[in-house]
Amino acid sequence: MILPALIARDSARAWRSGGLWLPLAFLLLVAALFPFAVGPDAALLSRTGGGMLWIAALLASLLPVDRLVAPDRDAGVLDQLALRGIGDEVVALAKLVAHWISFGPPLMLAAFPAAALLKLDGQTLLHLEIGLALGTPALAALGLLIAALTAGLRSSGALAGLLALPLAIPLLIFGAGSLDDQSGAAFKFLAAVSLLLIAITPFAAGAAIRAGRE
Amino acid sequence: MNDALLRLSGIACMRGGRLLLRGIDLTLTPGQSALLRGPNGTGKSSLIRLTAGLLPAYAGTIERRGKVALSDEALALDRDRTLGRALGFWAKMDAVPASAIADALNAIGLSDLADIPVRMLSTGQRKRAMLARVAASGAPIWLLDEPANGLDSASAAMLGALMRGHLARGGIILAASHQDLPLDGAQDIDLSAYLPQGEDA
Repeated sequence: MILPALIARDSARAWRSGGLWLPLAFLLLVAALFPFAVGPDAALLSRTGGGMLWIAALLASLLPVDRLVAPDRDAGVLDQLALRGIGDEVVALAKLVAHWISFGPPLMLAAFPAAALLKLDGQTLLHLEIGLALGTPALAALGLLIAALTAGLRSSGALAGLLALPLAIPLLIFGAGSLDDQSGAAFKFLAAVSLLLIAITPFAAGAAIRAGRE
Repeated sequence: MNDALLRLSGIACMRGGRLLLRGIDLTLTPGQSALLRGPNGTGKSSLIRLTAGLLPAYAGTIERRGKVALSDEALALDRDRTLGRALGFWAKMDAVPASAIADALNAIGLSDLADIPVRMLSTGQRKRAMLARVAASGAPIWLLDEPANGLDSASAAMLGALMRGHLARGGIILAASHQDLPLDGAQDIDLSAYLPQGEDA
C-alpha cells in the first residue's frame, strides 16, 4: 500500500502545481510558434513537424525537474520516508510513475491538435502517438534521474537541461526516426532505450537521494 | 512497545572531515529518556540524525528495536495541504488509524487548525504540528531535536505532558536541546564532554 500512496501524493502535488496543463500548453505553444519561424509551407511543416514535436516533448519533460525531488528533500519528506524503512528506490519509483502520469498522457493528448497545426498526416500522427507512448516513460525516467542528481544544488534547473539533453539523444533519434519508419525497427529501439532507462532510474535516483543526505 | 530498545555503543561522528564526537555510549529501555545538551555546534543534531540512521556512524554501532519517529528542523508536511490531510499522509505511511491524528492534534492543542493549510501555520504551530506527527506515528522511539524551540509556555507544558505520557506507555525519548525541557528523570548527556581533544581523526 506504500507505493500507491506515494504515487497518489506526488501526482496530487504535480496536479496542484499546474501538472496537466503545463505540458499541454507548452506543446501547443511550440506547435503554434513553429510555423511562424519556418514559414507556412505545408509540405515543409509536415515533413519537419513530427521531429519538432519530439523536441518539444523532451523539453516539456524537463519543465518540472526542479520540483520533482528538491522540495521533498528540503522539507525532510525523504528523510521521514527513509526513517520508516521505505527504500529510496521505492520513493524514486513512485516519483517516476507520478512524473509520467503528470506529463505523458497530457502530451499525447496535446499531440492531436499540435499535429493538426503542423499538417501532419494520419500515418505520422499514429506513429507519433505510439512513439510518445513508448518514449515518454523514458523521458520521465531521465527527468527524475537528473532531478535526483541535482537536488540540493544551486541553479539546478539550468544544470538539469545541460545534463539531460545529451542523454536524451538516443530517444530523440529513435523517436523522430519512428515517424516515417515502416519496418517498426525504430519502435523496437525506442522501447529498448525506454526499458533500459526505466530499469536503471529507480536505483540510480535512489542512490543519488541517499548520497545527497547530509 | 515493551521490547523497544535504543543502544549506542562507541559512537563517533564525523562531519565535513572533522571528528565531532567520539566514544558515546547510551542505552535506553522502555520508559527511559535522555537529553543531549551542549552549546551550538557540538553535534547534537548530528547525533540525532545518526541515531535515526540518516547518517552513517564513523565508528561504533547503533541498535534500534522498534520504530523511530523524528522531529528535527524540517517540517515534512505538504505546505499546500491542510494540516489534517498532511498528517493523514504520514498516518497512511505509518499504517495507523486516522484517530491517532485527532488524538495527537488534541494533545498538542492543534485540533482547531486541522483544516488550515500548513503554509498558514506560525513558527510555534509548525513545531507543534511536527510533534503531532511524531505523536501520531505510534513509534516507540522518539528522537526530538530542539522540540521546545519557538513554543510558548502553554505549548511547552503540552509538550511535557506528551512526553510524560509517551514514557509512561513504555516509550523511549532521545531529545537534544540547548534549553531546559520538561523532561523529568532524563539522563543528562553533555556533549561537550565527548569532544575529541586536539586529536586528529
